[in-house]
Amino acid sequence: MRSVFANRQVSAGLAVVVLFTAVALFAPGLAPQSPATQNLSEDLQPPRSEHLFGQDKLGRDLLSRVIYGARVSLLVGVTVAGLSAAIGLVIGGIAGYAGGRIDTLLMRVIDILLAFPGILLAIGLSAVLGPSLRNVLLALCAIGWTGYARLVRAEVLSWREREFVNAAVALGAAPLRVLGRHIVPQLLTPLVVQITFGMAAAIVAEASLSFLGLGVQPPTPSWGAMINEGRSFLLVAPHVALFPGLAITLTVLGFTLLGDGLRDVLDVRGSDQ
Amino acid sequence: MVMRRYLLSRLFLAVPTVFGVVTLVFLLIHLVPGDPVDVMLGETARAADKVRLRHQLGLDRPLPIQYARYLRRLARADLGRSLHSGRPVRRMIVARYPATLELAAGALFFAVLLAAPLGIAAAARPNSLLDALCRGGALVGAALPNFWLGPLLILMFAIAVEWAPVSGRDGLAHLVLPALTLGMGMAAVLIRMLRATLLERLGDDYIRTARAKGASEPRVVLTHALRNAVLPVVTVLGLQAGGLLAGAIITETVFAWPGIGRLTLLAIQTRDYPLVQGCMLVIALTYVLINLCTDLLYGAIDPRLRTRQ
Repeated sequence: MRSVFANRQVSAGLAVVVLFTAVALFAPGLAPQSPATQNLSEDLQPPRSEHLFGQDKLGRDLLSRVIYGARVSLLVGVTVAGLSAAIGLVIGGIAGYAGGRIDTLLMRVIDILLAFPGILLAIGLSAVLGPSLRNVLLALCAIGWTGYARLVRAEVLSWREREFVNAAVALGAAPLRVLGRHIVPQLLTPLVVQITFGMAAAIVAEASLSFLGLGVQPPTPSWGAMINEGRSFLLVAPHVALFPGLAITLTVLGFTLLGDGLRDVLDVRGSDQ
Repeated sequence: MVMRRYLLSRLFLAVPTVFGVVTLVFLLIHLVPGDPVDVMLGETARAADKVRLRHQLGLDRPLPIQYARYLRRLARADLGRSLHSGRPVRRMIVARYPATLELAAGALFFAVLLAAPLGIAAAARPNSLLDALCRGGALVGAALPNFWLGPLLILMFAIAVEWAPVSGRDGLAHLVLPALTLGMGMAAVLIRMLRATLLERLGDDYIRTARAKGASEPRVVLTHALRNAVLPVVTVLGLQAGGLLAGAIITETVFAWPGIGRLTLLAIQTRDYPLVQGCMLVIALTYVLINLCTDLLYGAIDPRLRTRQ
């Protein structure tokens, strides 16, 4: 475990991820104001001591909105990566262990879903389901599990012929027990790496959907929607788009560093963004 | 002969994928919660208008019949009519498609132009200052979302120094900032990939042999190592190139670029579902086609893949 933290990428990435998580969890205590409090007489004011990140077009405190925006990002990142990994684990596990027609069928479905660029399918699903946080989660989970399923299937295929698995089968262990007790624990390392990258991807995807007006709806603060709003005031108030963008970039950088570092330290091949 | 068999097998494998994509796009409109006609026209619309639209879209028929009709129309390249403009969807897409291809090609060009020298230079001098800068730059480049990078570039190069126009499509000058925005993420991925694969190859025995025989370092890197390192990079390039089309939806929105991405968003905002379906289908099929071309290119570069089929 010590060697994991000795890796500079892991420690730097982890520091950013912990900071982001703490900001999201303790937002009510950290934010100087409510993110919804308007002050129309102070619209688009630049950063200064009372408002460190300045104010938006409704005079709302941008620092508070960026802090609360972390909550939406954390919720989406954790939920999408967690649910997608769980679905991928079940489907990839079944495909890899059962083999034959079941494997072929499941892999065909995955191939078709992967034939769409992920964000396009998410945009299409969000468009037909309607813009809301719940539908963003649904759309991102609907596309997110395929990568995990492929990874799990490949890993199961490589583990299922090992001697200890054959021994368990010879001793009469049921397929579910072999899979759950003997194979799944071997998959945790590559899954953790994939989930780290998956969280970054989910955060960017949510922000992209919100930027397009297909994600989280106002007044709930979302970093993507805040950038979209700030685009109209680039000339007079560039800070409105600047700070939420910095927050997304820093968060994604943190998760990427963590994923890269974990992959190197844990010697995982094949996982990537 | 081997190449032809490889080509046919790849084409054969693409058929179910194309069929699946078409089916998924068809089913999309049926995922609308409640009545899609209510969503398109609003619940307060007149009953007669609803009946007319339902009939126009074929939604008053059983699902298998709707599907058969959809496939029949697709076979004639008929994507239906836009609910708002009344124009054929195919014509609307054809008018916008070249702009998106131009943007994607510009992004691809920029990404390769940036990634090739930086990736090679970083691998040729591992752990040097240049390597550290390339790795750091690639890491940050991959983390920059294009819906933020676009406004930043506008602010820096269109507003502050007025080197490039803010938006629109009118000549090469208008292409620079959108192509930079769309290609940045791809360039970052390519730099990382090229550096990693090239470093791996540079540690191989045949490279040691080439060096022992007195080959110069540029020749070792560019002739011997690069040729073998480029294979995985081509795959990533293909996958990323397909992804550019989807990324174009955001970039076109930021720069008011009149391509298919902006048309898709406009169709979504106006709930013009035939247009949404048409745009999604064309983007997805282009993505499948690019992946297929990548597969074929992969086979052409690496003879082992052809014989493995």
